[in-house]
Amino acid sequence: MAILTYIQAITKAIQEEMEQDEKVFIFGQDVGKKGGVFRATDGLYEQFGKNRVIDAPLAESAIAGVGIGAAMYGMRPIAEIQFADFILPAVNQIISEAAKIRYRSNNDWQCPITIRAPFGGGVNGALYHSQSVEAIFANQPGLKIVIPSSPYDAKGLLKAAIRDPDPVLFFEHKRAYRLLKEEVPDEDYTIPIGKAEVKREGSDLTVITYGLCVHFAMEVAEKLAVENIDVHILDLRTIYPLDKKAIIDAAKKTGKILLITEDNKEGSVMSEVAAIIAEHCLFDLDAPIQRLAGPDVPAMPYAPTMEKYFMINPDKIEAAIRDLAEF
Amino acid sequence: MVNNRHRSLGLTDEQVVNMYRYMLLARKIDERMWLLNRAGKIPFVVSCQGHEAAQVGAAFALNRDVDYIAPYYRDLGVVLVFGMTAKDIMLSGFAKAEDPNSGGRQMPGHFGSKEKRILTGSSPVATQVPHAVGVALAGQIEQKEFVSFVTLGEGSTNQGDFHEGLNFAGVHKLPVITMVENNGYAISVPSDQQLACERVSDRAQGYGMPGYTVDGTDPLAVYEVVKKAREDALAGKGPSLIEAMTYRLTAHSSDDDDRVYRSQAIIDEEKQKDPLILFAKYLRDSGVLTSEHEAMLEKEIDGIVDEATDYAEQAAFAQPEDALKYVYEEQMGW
Repeated sequence: MAILTYIQAITKAIQEEMEQDEKVFIFGQDVGKKGGVFRATDGLYEQFGKNRVIDAPLAESAIAGVGIGAAMYGMRPIAEIQFADFILPAVNQIISEAAKIRYRSNNDWQCPITIRAPFGGGVNGALYHSQSVEAIFANQPGLKIVIPSSPYDAKGLLKAAIRDPDPVLFFEHKRAYRLLKEEVPDEDYTIPIGKAEVKREGSDLTVITYGLCVHFAMEVAEKLAVENIDVHILDLRTIYPLDKKAIIDAAKKTGKILLITEDNKEGSVMSEVAAIIAEHCLFDLDAPIQRLAGPDVPAMPYAPTMEKYFMINPDKIEAAIRDLAEF
Repeated sequence: MVNNRHRSLGLTDEQVVNMYRYMLLARKIDERMWLLNRAGKIPFVVSCQGHEAAQVGAAFALNRDVDYIAPYYRDLGVVLVFGMTAKDIMLSGFAKAEDPNSGGRQMPGHFGSKEKRILTGSSPVATQVPHAVGVALAGQIEQKEFVSFVTLGEGSTNQGDFHEGLNFAGVHKLPVITMVENNGYAISVPSDQQLACERVSDRAQGYGMPGYTVDGTDPLAVYEVVKKAREDALAGKGPSLIEAMTYRLTAHSSDDDDRVYRSQAIIDEEKQKDPLILFAKYLRDSGVLTSEHEAMLEKEIDGIVDEATDYAEQAAFAQPEDALKYVYEEQMGW
């Protein structure tokens, strides 16, 4: 078992899937010789050649649409959008096409594409290299949206996404790329899409979150454990469709719920999680459902002061947990 | 006796009569759909009338056993040649459960059949162009011998997906044939208000591929150019853009009234270019089609359309709760 960063785990997943299935190929802007702007495809061009590691013209709708065509044919394309912020030109292909191909053809055609995109802030990326875009897609039946929170999950979930018979959007937190590292098994494993994971058992209050915020929440929970604040943490892993049962179970467990997302608060994935809890857990709640999220401004600014103000960090999480614990 | 053009293209008398038969079948299905719509029996029809020569001529130049097609909503003639039947089309018109295109989920004109390699289509225009390119890319990766053929209207060539798709195909020299059926109107807007260039085929130059403009009322002319494009694609010469000049002999769809934006004089003039009339004349003049044969064809196809209509009208609708099916692969428990 090797220690891998989050991004190395992603590269490993792609490499293993390309080795074991000739139908898998990857394409996008800069994925070839350069190995990706974040180096997610490092070494793949040398190993698999230009037929399976393809530099695409810079046009996101074609990157999605060509991948969709190849997926309909029976390939397992991995399309890379260089930054999630730039996925918007491809929204028509993703929502009008990929999400609806199985449904509109009455199960005749399938679209097993994986679209990967780095998202999230905290890297001086300013408005257009920092966004969380998942909520745009998180009400589109036919799509699955996966956001891993650790290197181990990144490898297992990406392999599951590539093998999935339906379109999967796979958002990778770019701040996590080199921040997070852990032991990742060399052998083949997958993590089921659609299932959340209890990251920490606790009895006082429940944090439900995903992506990089899981890491921050875990850090805070360990710190507060010393003060006998016992935090239960659920990592959504798949943010669409949501694992309702896991959400309801986690909410009922403690009756005090803190929902955390780096996305803008209004209409975020956490708004839906809150609605699920409100529908199913009213008599189990001991406090109003709390949401900790980015402010409702268009995107996070470049200046470090304002970026820090926007981002979720352990201090903000700790304050929110303390408030809720005292309620 | 006119110059026998079809034989010089390598087409037998039987093949050209068969072309005419498909054109007539498309026309008669389409006309029936309009009658059914006006009688209040089906909610919608979008027409192929005036495009049949371009569609059937092109489809005959493809290999119906290996090539993939990504048709747009007018392409009844293309999908019939690729194996859709009158019954399939009528089932789609009536939105019945047995409709092989979508099980009654999509409007008519939204074709699709995996078995027949007809990619499932949607309503946003030009999205099918990158799909056809993706299929061709897959074929190139797997070193398979086929082409993908994609069609759209001239108005749709303003969409980003048209340009992005053609550029991708051009850069990677993919075996994609794009045929634009230019009928002069994007619903009501004439092409001089749609295109800043004179011809759609001029757009090919920007994507490193040849562009051809061809008389879309002549199936033989379209056959010839698509055949050449296919040969070039398989020889590794890359994609082609073909613009087939056609006339739209009906309103855009059953919900459109074209009298608002084009004069009766223009409509009457365009009806003179009806490809069914022109091709029947060619076949008669070249001694391939006798009036007895023509009458027999008419009768046979009327029978097919009647039978398909009756079948589809009586066929069952999907169960209401079937609306919940096939969002995801269900065998995985989704």
